[in-house]
Formats: sequence, C-alpha cells, structure tokens
Amino acid sequence: MFLNVRMPDGTSHRLEALDGWRLMEVIRDWGLPIKAECGGACACATCHVWVDAKWLAKLPEVSDEELEMLDGAFHVDERSRLCCQILMTEELDGLEVELAPESLADAPLAHVAVGS
Amino acid sequence: MTNSASTDVIIIGAGPVGLFAVFQLGLARLQAHLVDILDKPGGQCAELYPEKPIYDIPGLPVCTGQELTDRLLEQIKPFDPVFHLGEMAAALGKTADGLWQLTTDTGGTISAPVLVIAAGGGSFVPKRPPLPGIEAYEGRSVFYAVRRIEEFRGRHIVIAGGGDSALDWTVNLAPIAGSLTLLHRRAEFRAAPDTVRKMRELEAQGLVRFELGQPVGLKGGDGQLEAVTVKRADGSTDDIAADRLLPFFGLTMKLGPIANFGLNLNENLIPVDTERFETSETGIFAVGDINAYPGKLKLILSGFHEAALMAQAAHRHVHPDKVLRFQYTTSSSELQRLLKVA
Repeated sequence: MFLNVRMPDGTSHRLEALDGWRLMEVIRDWGLPIKAECGGACACATCHVWVDAKWLAKLPEVSDEELEMLDGAFHVDERSRLCCQILMTEELDGLEVELAPESLADAPLAHVAVGS
Repeated sequence: MTNSASTDVIIIGAGPVGLFAVFQLGLARLQAHLVDILDKPGGQCAELYPEKPIYDIPGLPVCTGQELTDRLLEQIKPFDPVFHLGEMAAALGKTADGLWQLTTDTGGTISAPVLVIAAGGGSFVPKRPPLPGIEAYEGRSVFYAVRRIEEFRGRHIVIAGGGDSALDWTVNLAPIAGSLTLLHRRAEFRAAPDTVRKMRELEAQGLVRFELGQPVGLKGGDGQLEAVTVKRADGSTDDIAADRLLPFFGLTMKLGPIANFGLNLNENLIPVDTERFETSETGIFAVGDINAYPGKLKLILSGFHEAALMAQAAHRHVHPDKVLRFQYTTSSSELQRLLKVA
C-alpha cells in the first residue's frame, strides 16, 4: 500500500507503507524531513498535515487529545490532522496528504544523515 | 547581576540523559552543573510528554515522562548537582588557564575542564507563527513572553492561542490593556478551568473580546504593528486593530547558539566517536539525541550508555594523572559511600 505526501517545497512522494504504521512513521522512515518532535505521542503538533478532502471520511475520528494538540499548529482547517494519530490500513491505500510548513524539520533525521 | 561558577563538568541540557550523566560523572567523583532553558528538569520528558507512558527503559516496564524525571532526580541526589534552570547556553569561550567557559543568556558564567552537550533536539523556544514579515515586528510589537506587565499598559493587544499561557496572560493583561482580544480557532481551551472562567467573566465585563479565528497576516511598518489579519472558519479574513501581538502556540526545539560553538556539525547533529562520545573539540562531549554516529538510535537508553562511557573519558580529561578504577555499585564500598547508602 502507498501513501502520497506533498512536501512544503512542492515535491510529491509516493511512499510504500506498512499496515498498522502511523503516517508520521512512514514519512520519517523514508527519510523525509518531518519534525515530529514528540515521536508520535500526540504531545506536540509538529506532524501537522492537510489531508486531501476526498479521503477525510475514511479517516479515524479526531480524538479530543488530537484536537487540543492541533491548537499548537498553524493554518488549521477541517483537513488538518496530526499524522502520528493515523494508522495505515488497506482502506487508506493511496491516501494523499500535504505536510504543513511548520512541521518540516530543519534537517534530515539522525538515521538518515549518518546511516551507512 | 552576573555570577560565575567553576566545576568539573558543565552539562547543557537537564533531560534524562543530562541527568543520568550527573550520576555517571558522580561515580567518577566529578561534580556537575546543569544548564537548561526550561524552568524545570526533565527536558522533553517533562515538557512534551510528562503524562505519556514510556515502555523501553530497562527494568521499568512502564513509567511516564515525569516519573522517569523524578526517579532520575532521586538517583542523582547524592551528587548534589547544581541546576541553572531557565537559562540558555549562549556562548562558549576559554579561560586564560584553558578551561571551557560557558556564558548563559542571563550573563552568568560557568567554567570547567569538561563540557557535555546533552541538549536533545535543542533549546525549547516559542513557536513562531508563519506570518509573512513577522521577524521585523519581534521585540517591538510581537512578543512571545511578557517580561514587564507595565510595557503593555494602554496597549491594544491581540493574544493568539488557547492554552494556559494565552489564557493566563489574557486574564492578567486585560485590566491594564487599552483593549484586549483573545484569538483562538475554537471556543474550547486547553487551560485551567478556573482561568477560562475568569476570562469569560472579563469578557462579560467588556474587558476581553474573544474572537474565533487564526492569525494569517500582520499589517504595519517599521516594526510597529497596526492590525492582525484573521482568518475565520468560513475562510473569510478581516483585520483586528492592534499594536501588540502575543502568540502562544507552545514550544518547539531549535539547536540555537550551540551551532556557534565551533563544533563540527552534521545536519544539526554533533558527530562523536563511540568510545568517548567526544566531539571535534577536546574536552567537549555530546550525548543523547543531539549526537550522531553510525548506527545511532535516538533512544533514552542509548543516551544512558553514552553517558557512562563519556564519564570515563571525562575523568581522564579532568584528572590526567589519576587512574579511575572500574567498580560496581553493588560491591564497592567506596561507590556506596558516594551514593550515601553505606
């Protein structure tokens, strides 16, 4: 299954995803610079994505906790989600999201930068 | 007012790895001072996820970020570390006798033969809203903290956000402001219920105006704010007249002044060797999430291991003439005396 991610610089990436992985983990694992400061604990707001409107109905509902954390994001609208709170499933194969600029990491992550 | 201190080891960052470094250095009889920009120890564990469970600390099947912090503080208590909290490591230099000298943003200095950088993802700093040209207003019309309440007297203030900081400052500044608008994207707040109640009372008295929306632009010139452009839920925009904006969207991590310490950096991380965890500068070590080496995993337990090896090397650096004999806390009466258990 695949996840389609549009980055703030306008580039698009089709990423192979594993069932049960969080979108944030898929994006990070492929080495795209996503901030995701808290590591997926729904405790920051630095994995903010806008989900393409046609996919919204297929997503799990936003929890109160996620809704509260989204207060720390910018340009939040009805397509806004924290992508650490969405798990990949067969139903989401082909999902399209755009990473919000404030969730772009300053630099690639450690395992990308120094991996052999 | 400035103050200066000297010690064996300066640790930048009082997160779990910085705290455990105190323990390992303490066993090597090295005294440590810790510097952290947060006003409490614990780093990310205390700031980002104090209530969240951690499952991968050896021997602790589950504990929260705050519990881990509290346990580490208890564990290092015998070594009497000195905390410099609420201070940012601002500049690094050398003293005439070759010690590292760290200056913090309060003007205080600490000197030591060894510096350990355990700064994780960097300093926690306020999130900057992505409003075009906001930098020009910062420090003049846009502030991320209130240092002196009097500076806001009579001002037309917009406070953006819906957490405790936004609500606390709304309640505190409303009585002296020329006008005060609280701007938040929804009608619910992630703040102490009592403060929300007070805000609603001030709103009923006409001292606070609550607006639903998000800031999307600034109007003004030469750093003087005239209006905040607000986007509503229906997509429309309009302006709120204001000469002060206080954005409270939480904290994010930036490497900050460490980038100017003269160390080799690789993509905002500090490369180290895996024997001593020493940087490109002799006597400066980096442990935890901020370092980089082949195979690095950003786990708290990796930082603990790194701190143990670093402490051995730090001892050689502080006391080149002394041999540090390796001992176990279980059997060494000397270590047990240090731990104040024997």
